[in-house]
Amino acid sequence: MPTVSMTVNGRAVTGEVEGRTLLVQFLRENLSLTGTHVGCDTSQCGACVVHVDGESVKSCTLLALQAEGAEVTTIEGLAQNGELHPMQAAFRENHGLQCGFCTPGMVMSAIDLLNKNPDPEEGEIREWLEGNICRCTGYHNIVKAIQSAAASMRG
Amino acid sequence: MPDTGIGARVERKEDFRFLTGQGRYTDDINRPGQVYAYFVRSPHAHAKIKSIDTAEAGNSPGVIGIFTGADMAADNVGSLPCGWVVTDRNGDPHKAPPHFPLARDKARYVGDHVAVVIARSYAEAREAAELVQVDYEELPAAVDLNAALGSGAPLLHDEAPGNLCYDWVLGDESEADAAFAKAHHVTKLDLVNNRLIPNAMEPRAAIGEYDGGTDSYTLYSTSQNPHLLKLILCAFVLGLSENKLRVIAPDVGGGFGSKIFCYAEETVCTWAAKKVKAPVKWTADRSESFTSDAHGRDHITHAQLAMDENGKFLGMKVETTANMGAYLSSFATSIPTYLYATLLAGQYTTPVIYVNVKSVFTNTAPVDAYRGAGRPEATYVVERLVEVAAREMKLDPAEIRRRNFIQPDQFPYQTPVALQYDIGDYGQSMDKALEMIDYDGFPARKAASQAKGKLRGIGFSAYIEACGIAPSAVVGSLGAGVGLWESAQVRFNATGTVSIFTGSHSHGQGHETTFSQLVAETLGVPIENVEIVHGDTGSIPMGMGTYGSRSLAVGGSAIARACDKIIEKSKKIAAHLMEASVDDVEFDNGTFRVAGTDKEKSIAEIAFTAYVPHNYPEDLEPGLDETAFYDPLNFTYPAGVHICEVEIDPATGVTEIVDWVAVDDFGKVINPMVVEGQVHGGIAQGVGQALLEGCVYDTESGQLLTGSYMDYCMPRADDLPSFRVGMTETACTHNPLGVKGCGEAGAIAAPAATINAVTDALGILSMDMPATPEKVWRLANQHAQAAE
Repeated sequence: MPTVSMTVNGRAVTGEVEGRTLLVQFLRENLSLTGTHVGCDTSQCGACVVHVDGESVKSCTLLALQAEGAEVTTIEGLAQNGELHPMQAAFRENHGLQCGFCTPGMVMSAIDLLNKNPDPEEGEIREWLEGNICRCTGYHNIVKAIQSAAASMRG
Repeated sequence: MPDTGIGARVERKEDFRFLTGQGRYTDDINRPGQVYAYFVRSPHAHAKIKSIDTAEAGNSPGVIGIFTGADMAADNVGSLPCGWVVTDRNGDPHKAPPHFPLARDKARYVGDHVAVVIARSYAEAREAAELVQVDYEELPAAVDLNAALGSGAPLLHDEAPGNLCYDWVLGDESEADAAFAKAHHVTKLDLVNNRLIPNAMEPRAAIGEYDGGTDSYTLYSTSQNPHLLKLILCAFVLGLSENKLRVIAPDVGGGFGSKIFCYAEETVCTWAAKKVKAPVKWTADRSESFTSDAHGRDHITHAQLAMDENGKFLGMKVETTANMGAYLSSFATSIPTYLYATLLAGQYTTPVIYVNVKSVFTNTAPVDAYRGAGRPEATYVVERLVEVAAREMKLDPAEIRRRNFIQPDQFPYQTPVALQYDIGDYGQSMDKALEMIDYDGFPARKAASQAKGKLRGIGFSAYIEACGIAPSAVVGSLGAGVGLWESAQVRFNATGTVSIFTGSHSHGQGHETTFSQLVAETLGVPIENVEIVHGDTGSIPMGMGTYGSRSLAVGGSAIARACDKIIEKSKKIAAHLMEASVDDVEFDNGTFRVAGTDKEKSIAEIAFTAYVPHNYPEDLEPGLDETAFYDPLNFTYPAGVHICEVEIDPATGVTEIVDWVAVDDFGKVINPMVVEGQVHGGIAQGVGQALLEGCVYDTESGQLLTGSYMDYCMPRADDLPSFRVGMTETACTHNPLGVKGCGEAGAIAAPAATINAVTDALGILSMDMPATPEKVWRLANQHAQAAE
C-alpha cells in the first residue's frame, strides 16, 4: 500500500493507505481523529469539512494521497491549551449546536468564511453555508454565532 | 456567581466536547477485533426471493460470514414487533404481518434487507455484497397509497387482505352528520401530508458484541431509547435474557423520531456477533439512511368543517388514508390514530368530531414517528381547514380562531376526541403573536411588496400538541404495549457531587444542561458538581427514552421526585446531627437549618455523613442515593400561535419567508436558550416540509427517486430566515415542574402557517406541499392571468 505523509494539527503524520482511501477515512481511521464526521455520500452535508493548506475542504472529496505534504487542520486542532478558538466559543455562547454532529464541519467552514470575509452580512453567511447541512438548529443560532465570532475576531 | 438555576440561559455543558471534536458517536467507537457488516438490499420494490447464492461472495477476500433470513430463522430469530395494537372499527386488532430482520420469502421495498455480508473491512464487505447472487422474481408493486387500497392491487402480505392494516374510527358519525345538517356553511378540503425522510445528520450505526465468557451481549446503537431497544430485542426478537444484553446509546447525532425504533441492522449485528465471534460494526451510508430509515407523515385526507353563520365551528369530519410502508415499524400504528385523530379539536370548541383512518401497506420503506408524529398532520388538517373557512366566510383569520378558542375558564376541557386539556390561554398567545408581527401593518407591507412586483401573504397556525408521552394507564387502554413512565436515580457521592442517571436520552436536546439546572436549583449544589448519565442500560435504571417531547415533563419530573426523596432522607440525617426533631428541619438552597436557631448543615456535609456514618441515626440506612419512577397523570398540552409572512416572486416562483413569529406556551421553562433552539429547529423542519422536502417513489417501479441530498431538498441556511420567538406561560397543572415540552412544537406549527401564507399570497385556497418554486410559479402565473 502506498504511504502518505502530511501535517495534521501541527503534527507530522505518515500512514499506509489504499489508493481509494479518502482523507476523511485517513483522519478518522488511521489517526483516530473522529471529530471530523461523515454525514453523507454525495459530498453535500459538510460534516467532514477540514482545512487543507488553510482552505476549507470537504475531506470526503479528497483522496488521502492528494493531501500528501499538506497542512491539515481538523476540529481537534483549533483549541489551544484548552482555550476555545473564538468561533468555537461563539458557537457555545450562542447555542449554535444541538446534537453536535454537523458542528465540526460548520465551525471549520465558518472560520474559512471569516478568513475570506471578516465582516459578512447575514445573507453572505447563509449563502456561504449552503454546503453545510444542519438538521437541528434551523441555522438561526449558527448565523448568530458566526456574526458574534466575526465581531470578536475583528477585535 | 452566575445564575444556573431554573429559568437561566446557561451555556450547555455538553458543548465543549462537541466543539472540540471529542463527542463520541457510535461510529467513533471501535472495538478490538471488530469486523464490518454490509447489507445486501433489495433493488426491487416487490419481489419473491427464489434463491440466494453466496458461494462467490463467500470466497471474496476478507469475508467471514454471509447470513440470510434462513439462517436467522434457523436460530428462531423473531419478527421486529410493532408495539401498539390499534383496534379497528369491527373490534379486531390491526393486521400485523411479520417483519423479519432479513427477509425470508419476499422483498417488499427497495432497500429491504435480504442478506448480510461480514468481512474484515468495510470495503471488503461491500465488495463481497455485490457478489451475492439473489434470484428475484419481480412482482408488481403497490406504491401509490390510494392505488394500494384499490381492488386488484398487488398484495404485500397474505395476512393483510387488500393491503389494509386497519380501518379505524373515533367519534360518532351520526352525531357529526347531525351537526353538519345544521350548518350554515361547510368548508371542504383535500389535503396531502407529504412523506418526509427524517435525515438526522448522523447516519444510524450499530456495533454488536458478544462475550463468550459471560454469554452476554453489548450493543452500541444510535438509539433514542436504549432500554426499549433492549426490551424489544430480548423479549421479542432475539430471545435473549434481558440481563445478558447491555445497550449503549452514546452521543447520538439527532434523531427526530427516526432513532426510536428497533431496526433490522442493529438486530443483525447483535445476533451475528456470536456467529462470527467478533464485534460486528455497521454504519449506514446516507443512501441507506434514505432507503431504510423509517420515513414520516404520508397521509391523504379529506376534511370538512361545519360552521354556523358566525363562523362558530359545529362539527368536523376527517377521512385519512395513512401509509404504513411495507412493514409495521415499532410504533407505526399509533401515529395516524392516537397521536393524530385525538388532536383534531385543536385549540377550538368544535363539539363533534368524527375521524376515520385507514392505514395501508405499500411497497415503500416503513413509516413511523417523525418529529411531531401525527400532531403535525392533525395541525395541518385543522389549521388549513380553519384558514380556508375564514376565507370562504370572509372572516379575518385571527378572528375566526378567536371566536372558537377554548377559553381559559373552560379548563380542564374535555375534547370530543378523547383528550382532556389541563390548561391554556390561547387568546393570549394570539394577542402576543399579532402584536409581534404587527398585524395591523400587514396591508401596508403587502402594498409595498406589490409595488415591487411581489406577492405577500400571511399565514397563521394555532397549534396544540399532546406531549409528555404518556400516562401509562391511558396509553395501555388504547393499545400501547409498554408503560410510558420515566425513571431517575439521584446519587450523591460522598464528597458532595451528584450523579443523575436518567432514562431520557439526549441527542441534541441539551439534557446534560437542563437537567443539571433543575438539580442544581432543587438540591442547592453548584451546577458543575452535577453530572447527567444517560444512554447506557448497564448503568441506569430501566427507562423509556426520549420522544414525544417527554424528556423534561416525564424524565425531569422523575428527577424532581428523586430529589424530593434525597431531601427527605437528608432531613433525617440533619436532624440527627443537629439534635433536633425532623419536623423542625428546614431545607433551602443546599442548607438544612433547625427552625428558629442558627444551627445548619450543608447538603454536602449530609452526603458525607451518609457515606461515613460514624454518627448516624440508628434506624436509617447509610448512603444518599434515591430512585424515582414518574408516571404522568395526563399528557401535557403545549400550544401556541405561529405567524408566517412570505413574499413570492411571481417571476421565479421562489417563496421567501420574510418574517416568522412563534409564540409558544410551554409552561415553565428551565433554559430559554435551549427552548428557543428547539423552536428554531422545529420550525426549520416544518418549513422544510412546506417548501422543500418530499419523498418521491416512482409509482410503477417503487424506486426511491429522492434518495440523496442531490434529490431530496434539505433546508439550507439560505432557505430560512431568522425567527422571532416569544413565550406565554400557563404552568402544567399535573407535573411537579409545571412544564409541557417544546421539542416538536415548531415542526407541528410550521407547515400550516407556511402554506396558509403562500396560498394567501397567491390568492388561492389550497395547494399541496412542498410549495416548490415550480408549483408556486405555475400558480402565481395562473393567478396573474386570472387577475387580468
